[in-house]
Amino acid sequence: MAEKNLEQIFQEKVDNEIKIEPKDWMPESYRKTLIRQISQHAHSEVVGMLPEANWITRAPSLTRKVALLAKVQDEAGHGLYLYSACETLGVERDDTIDDLHSGKAKYSSIFNYPTLTWADIGAIGWLVDGAAIMNQVPLCRCSFGPYSRAMIRVCKEESFHQRQGYSIMLKMANGTPEQKRMAQDAINRWWWPALMMFGPNDAESEHSAQSMKWKIKRFSNDELRQRFLDMTVPQCHLLGCEVPDPDLKFNEESGHWEMGPIDWDEFWNVVKGNGKCNRQRLRDRKGAYDDGAWVREAALVYADKKKSRKSEMAAA
Amino acid sequence: MSNKKNWPLWEVFVRSKAGLSHRHSGSLHAADAEMALEMARDVYTRRSEGISIWVVESNNILASDPDAKDALFDPANDKIYRHPTFYELPDEVKYM
Repeated sequence: MAEKNLEQIFQEKVDNEIKIEPKDWMPESYRKTLIRQISQHAHSEVVGMLPEANWITRAPSLTRKVALLAKVQDEAGHGLYLYSACETLGVERDDTIDDLHSGKAKYSSIFNYPTLTWADIGAIGWLVDGAAIMNQVPLCRCSFGPYSRAMIRVCKEESFHQRQGYSIMLKMANGTPEQKRMAQDAINRWWWPALMMFGPNDAESEHSAQSMKWKIKRFSNDELRQRFLDMTVPQCHLLGCEVPDPDLKFNEESGHWEMGPIDWDEFWNVVKGNGKCNRQRLRDRKGAYDDGAWVREAALVYADKKKSRKSEMAAA
Repeated sequence: MSNKKNWPLWEVFVRSKAGLSHRHSGSLHAADAEMALEMARDVYTRRSEGISIWVVESNNILASDPDAKDALFDPANDKIYRHPTFYELPDEVKYM
């Protein structure tokens, strides 16, 4: 069959909402796009554990601590689902991790901001996980089967993350004046980075059109950002906190909130590696990987030894 | 390709409750079967999703070739006599 024919068959399947599975024919650029997107998504889950891990030992109560532990463990699990989905496309997990460590592969820039107070854990759960869920729910219907299945699991598990975050915010916002100040301060620092998580404005987004055609992406960056804004502004007001956007206003006619312009220079600067914690995050990731190397090696040697003992016993 | 020696890949199947079959949940890397089982528990059953787990090394699975899909599965399409609706019954026979 001619290449063009295969591509037509592929696109027809996508148009008819038939999932593409790993061994089906797919355009090379579709495969590459997915490897890039899924591996970066996996890296984000894994690097995302770092800012939160900072507060596990400092959680204000045992209940908050077990909830945060469970959340961070979920993020590790989500990273694993996604690495597995990525591997079905014919890449080795170690190679994708190498790309993270060398800086070739990115992860979500949001994790390059520091977590300064306990309220940051609330703001991350509420705003960062909230924005992530908004992005991930449409990915459950992504045309690539393994990615879609991984996202369904992730979304099911992640809804508790946002609630635990908002519950922390509620407590802080209704606490002592100092706690309330911390809550507002955390919102001030996380609000804009959370809005940036949806990526560049539609006019500037280079991969969008093709990803839409392939049904990897279902909604544009600006559409999802608008949904997040409409949902989150009233939640912020319910906390009795202010949205740190002097231009924010409600448009009675459209029924939507309207935001001021995003500082894209800041966004690109953090993407390029100059955020507050970029170097620290990569160093910690790489350190954990390198420090664990002997464990991975020892486990393999032990597995081999057990196997040969077994065959010796069988032979005897 | 990586030149490192990696833990092999395992496929994980979980039985969600008694009476149902084990169903594919996903995959993971582990040094051996015992470790794969332990890790499958942490990765795929954190919210009581299962009561039993199978793990099998991915290498041991032989999959049908997607290109052979037509040859393998099309022949079933025109065998409508394999379905009960193919057979007409007199109205008097109410249940069969």
